Amino acid sequence: MNIYVLVKQVPATDKVKIDEATGTMKREEVEAVINPLDLYAIETALQIKEMFEGDIHITAISMGPPKAEEVLKEAIAMGCDSGILLSDKAFAGADTWATSYTIATLIKRLNHFSLVITGERATDGETGQVGPSLAGQLDLPIVTYTSRILEINNEYIILERETEEGTEVIKMSLPGVISVTKAIGEPRLPTLKGKIKARNTKVEIFDLERLKVAKEEVGLSGSLTRVVKVFYPKISRAGKKIKTKDPEEAVNLILEFLEERGIL
Amino acid sequence: MSREVVILGEVRGGKIHPVTYELLAWGKGLSEKLKTKLSALILGYNLKGLEEVIHYGADKVYYFEHPRLDIFNPEVYAEVLVPFIKEIEPDIVLAGATTTGRTIMPYLAGKLKAGLTADCTSLDIEEESGLLLQTRPAIGGNVLATIKTPNSKPQMATVRPKGKKPLEKDPKREGEIKTIKPEINLNSRIERLDFKPREEEVSLVDAEVVISGGKGLKDPRNISLLFEISKLIDSSAVGASRAVVDMGWIGYPHQVGLSGKTVNPKVYIAIGISGAVQHLAGMMNSESIIAINKDPEAPIFQVADIGIVGDALDILPILKRKLEERKG
Repeated sequence: MNIYVLVKQVPATDKVKIDEATGTMKREEVEAVINPLDLYAIETALQIKEMFEGDIHITAISMGPPKAEEVLKEAIAMGCDSGILLSDKAFAGADTWATSYTIATLIKRLNHFSLVITGERATDGETGQVGPSLAGQLDLPIVTYTSRILEINNEYIILERETEEGTEVIKMSLPGVISVTKAIGEPRLPTLKGKIKARNTKVEIFDLERLKVAKEEVGLSGSLTRVVKVFYPKISRAGKKIKTKDPEEAVNLILEFLEERGIL
Repeated sequence: MSREVVILGEVRGGKIHPVTYELLAWGKGLSEKLKTKLSALILGYNLKGLEEVIHYGADKVYYFEHPRLDIFNPEVYAEVLVPFIKEIEPDIVLAGATTTGRTIMPYLAGKLKAGLTADCTSLDIEEESGLLLQTRPAIGGNVLATIKTPNSKPQMATVRPKGKKPLEKDPKREGEIKTIKPEINLNSRIERLDFKPREEEVSLVDAEVVISGGKGLKDPRNISLLFEISKLIDSSAVGASRAVVDMGWIGYPHQVGLSGKTVNPKVYIAIGISGAVQHLAGMMNSESIIAINKDPEAPIFQVADIGIVGDALDILPILKRKLEERKG
């Protein structure tokens, strides 16, 4: 069975700096990491490998600049078998539709597969749209917010899905796409053996030519949405700021405020 | 007349979910600017109360009724919605950023080749072009970005639940309810076998007071102070910033912000939270906000009605004691 896990390299978002003149992120100044939520997608694939009776090959797939190879190496160090990087200047600036389209095109070019696994969302864009959009484009079934894998065989997977109201138990025929949440379980750490394997494994690169897609279909030119403005929010309530050295006084203010609003 | 603005209503447990009425409030602002109709798409079975959808602002309700639409299944939903959207060619399609909306919207957008913007915090119409301006926190929630879908229709967006209040209900409002009984022959590859409802102890989104903690609490053990204080205030719940959830101090269900829940309680108390856009996106519509932070420059003070510059760890124990005294 072939499983594809989608991983993304993201800036360590706590430290992002914005160029106020252009409204773009100063990427070069920011440390890049594997999207933390993608670790749970990798963990899910490894759990499936343990519970499935038969051979499983896990391929981590990413799209990004050449440097994004790092996240694929990290995925291999955790236990994935191989890595593929979609990398070409033409892929840059893709919105979620163009990203999904590019990945969908790759997946059509690859071997038969059973499952595509994604994290819940990336911590930079925070859309969570690529998994379902990919499923829509490939006409595959999708289960989002997967919290637990109960059973898998060659025909189907049974899993739990978390909604606002509770837990659904869902059976999905394969092939299909799932996105997983943190509830799936703490991601395992890379092993020494894995790290050695990662060092010795060559990540496959697919560029525009190898992917055989038209330049207009990918990246910024293939995107349906456009960012027209980036700005710092100017939110302001005419509130009073009270500097107080006396915590008692602060507490009294809070209590009065709550009383005025009928809370206490 | 330009083409209609459409909202995708939500049905949960056989009832119309309140997010449907919020979506109508979002859609109304747009349809009025475009001088067009506002329609609601409702998928379900044996539903009652469809006239409420009109009372809350819809000009027209398209009600798709079929036993297989009783519970959410993205494949079955798409089977109904893809041909319908192609037929009526709406200008704009809105849905809630719920587990359902965040699944069906990108799934549909993938099939329709439509632009989709997630988690919008404000929507507007660009005057000269009539295009939808979609604003959302971007780049890890550090800034806001305005996004357009210039060349394709429909323009699709999801908005956070609780991000807007429903319009006032007007029982005299009139509109058309069109019931459609679709044929669904699809052999779906997804099947729900079971459902276990959860009894949520913190209904963060319904609480009147939300007491939220951030990194300023300094130590995971201090989170317990928030819970102790919450026990002393009726109808209150504990929230948290992403930073402390990421560090494992408190569970994800408590997270308030772009990647967590959106709340609009009577009073939001932000304790040791600096107030990144990521967090503000989830709480800035609260009726009132109290902020406690050591850093006088913290952005949280820009949205606070009362800003207390001080150390949360000095203030919280006293707050707890005084609340206990009141309770006797």
